[in-house]
Amino acid sequence: MTRSPGTTTPSPGLDVDELLQTAAIVVCCGAGGVGKTTTAAALALRAAEQGRKVCVLTIDPARRLAQSMGLTELDNSPRAVAGVDAASGGSLDAMMLDMKRTFDEIVLTHADAQRAQQILANPFYVSLSSSFAGTQEYMAMEKLGQLRATGSWDLIVVDTPPSRSALDFLDAPQRLGRFLDGRMIRLLLAPAKAGGRGVMKVFTAGLSVFTNVLNRVLGAQTLKDLGLFVSSLETMFGGFRERADKTYRLLKEPGTAFVVVAVPERDALREAAYFVDRLSEEHMPLAGLVLNRVHRSAIESLSVQRSLAAAEHLEETGEGALAAATLRIHAERVSAAARDRHVAERFRAAHPGVPVVQVGAQSTDVHDLDGLRRIGAELAVAS
Amino acid sequence: MSDFPSVKLHVVTGKGGTGKTTVAGALALALAAGGRQVLLTEVEGRQGIAQMFDTPPLPYEERRVAVAPAGYSGRGGEVYALAIDPEAALIEYLEIFYNLKRAGSALKKLGAIDFATTIAPGVRDVLLTGKVMEAATRERRGGGRLYDAVVLDAPPTGRIARFLNVNAEVAGLARMGPVRQQADSVMNLLRSRRTAVHLVTVLEEMPVQETIDGVKELTNAELPVGGIVVNMVRQPLLPQEALTAAAAGKVDSAEIDRGLKAAGLDNTRKLVEALSAEAVEHASRVMLEERERASLRELGRPMYELPLLTDAVDLSCLYELAGKLSEQGLV
Repeated sequence: MTRSPGTTTPSPGLDVDELLQTAAIVVCCGAGGVGKTTTAAALALRAAEQGRKVCVLTIDPARRLAQSMGLTELDNSPRAVAGVDAASGGSLDAMMLDMKRTFDEIVLTHADAQRAQQILANPFYVSLSSSFAGTQEYMAMEKLGQLRATGSWDLIVVDTPPSRSALDFLDAPQRLGRFLDGRMIRLLLAPAKAGGRGVMKVFTAGLSVFTNVLNRVLGAQTLKDLGLFVSSLETMFGGFRERADKTYRLLKEPGTAFVVVAVPERDALREAAYFVDRLSEEHMPLAGLVLNRVHRSAIESLSVQRSLAAAEHLEETGEGALAAATLRIHAERVSAAARDRHVAERFRAAHPGVPVVQVGAQSTDVHDLDGLRRIGAELAVAS
Repeated sequence: MSDFPSVKLHVVTGKGGTGKTTVAGALALALAAGGRQVLLTEVEGRQGIAQMFDTPPLPYEERRVAVAPAGYSGRGGEVYALAIDPEAALIEYLEIFYNLKRAGSALKKLGAIDFATTIAPGVRDVLLTGKVMEAATRERRGGGRLYDAVVLDAPPTGRIARFLNVNAEVAGLARMGPVRQQADSVMNLLRSRRTAVHLVTVLEEMPVQETIDGVKELTNAELPVGGIVVNMVRQPLLPQEALTAAAAGKVDSAEIDRGLKAAGLDNTRKLVEALSAEAVEHASRVMLEERERASLRELGRPMYELPLLTDAVDLSCLYELAGKLSEQGLV
């Protein structure tokens, strides 16, 4: 499709209700601090109240939002949310991801009891399972796959981890797979395969430098722990890779939709743009962009200049301090609205095909179901 | 007078979206004022410093990114920047301590470094903090530029205690050996009076909660908590009495109506109602911010406030913010 220069094609609006009726998986992604969790919860609640059986998987919700959804304990399985209007026959379950526990469960599934205990107790496993840069992303995907496999829900809404970069989430499963298949792992396994002896025989001259360095830098005991960990994990490699690939394919299925969440600020939109481009490269189904915290005014016809001039006049003459103050509040709001619109326009111009829906800035934090309903209703109004 | 005269290493953390990198940049500029040499470092591979100072991506090399006003000495202050990546830090470390430059590149080819820093994130953090420590403790003799202060744009609040508490992270993996020794000396610096960890937040529920949790975790890890920098603060525009009333949903619309008429604006009902509604929203926002500010005060740490900048943050804004940090005594 070619566009003549100078004309802007208006972006289509995002039909949220259509999405919530048809999708099987909705993945909310975006930079940290843009309201991903709230958006995911609001979408899930709306779908549930429109009659679907919904599960929302959150990563790290704000305490009060978590409480409002009954997420007071971290037990790694979905619980019914109380207070949802079930008149249309829908339901809402919610769960918070326990990263380490999800990892432990995989180990227990794929290894016999004795080996599993060995793995779980190894210091390298403890380190990897609780702080590997991609573990949270990987486990979120793993959990999504598990929830999906039960067939208990029509729709699963996933909130992605607060990654340094939103892209980590797409890469993590493959990175973990690559890591487990990597040359290093095989090198470390070599001595074990040779019967635990004759390390140097197996290693070529170049490789002996490698163990030598590791020995000096990490210490011999550490290297031994590492070797044990890797060899005990070996039996599970196939399983890990298979699962990572399966989840990745799941994300490409027709029932899956990605919703990119952002706020009208340069950094957040830059991340959102990367994500949109990346999803299209990977042929992942992008539903659209949710732009949170957009400033608006019901009376934008009263301009910043006129409001400020009137406020100054009133302050000089002393005729109305309250009116002057409200005019200043209004001026601030209109200029914020103009700024937000400008930033949003730039995004639309660069990504003309991406549906966008805007949610207004809330004057207080959202931490109950009514608040989520309001957000849901705003999301459903095509912008 | 600075609230942190003994501090040489300033660690800046904050929740995503609170402007931690901006505050770190402003702090570096403030510290450089009066002719001092300051190093600003980042460890997350985001190239946030380069974007902020509008320079090409930073290599693993100390580059000058800004100058600060000259002091009595007549010498201008300078801010250098360094993006630390664990791979380069490991190779440098092997080179310095073991004279293993060639081994370093062999390991790189094998993917060993990627492997080591992946399987043991604690080791990665030791390398990152180790490099920061090296810059902060350089002495007259030996290589490298000498700095009066080092600012670290650190990982976010949720991970900061874990990132800095390298000893605990490495202890389980390496009970002895050079990595452990390195972790110990990093820990000595981090726990000393020469280090302060400043937390950046905005006046919203989640960032404030994370700040409170972060202070608790840092304290438990015996890491020195510095100041709380409250960023993007908005001015309350309503007089106190009207603010309290508006927060309760009460706005004197007759008075607004009179005022609009006096100012020669169309005092339609729609306009009056919309202005009242905006005043109510403004007031509830301000009250919420006041509550969050009060919870932060309970931490008993020095607090510094920076205004919300209406335009995109550029270099001139950084100088303005640096000035505010100095005025309030952080520097």
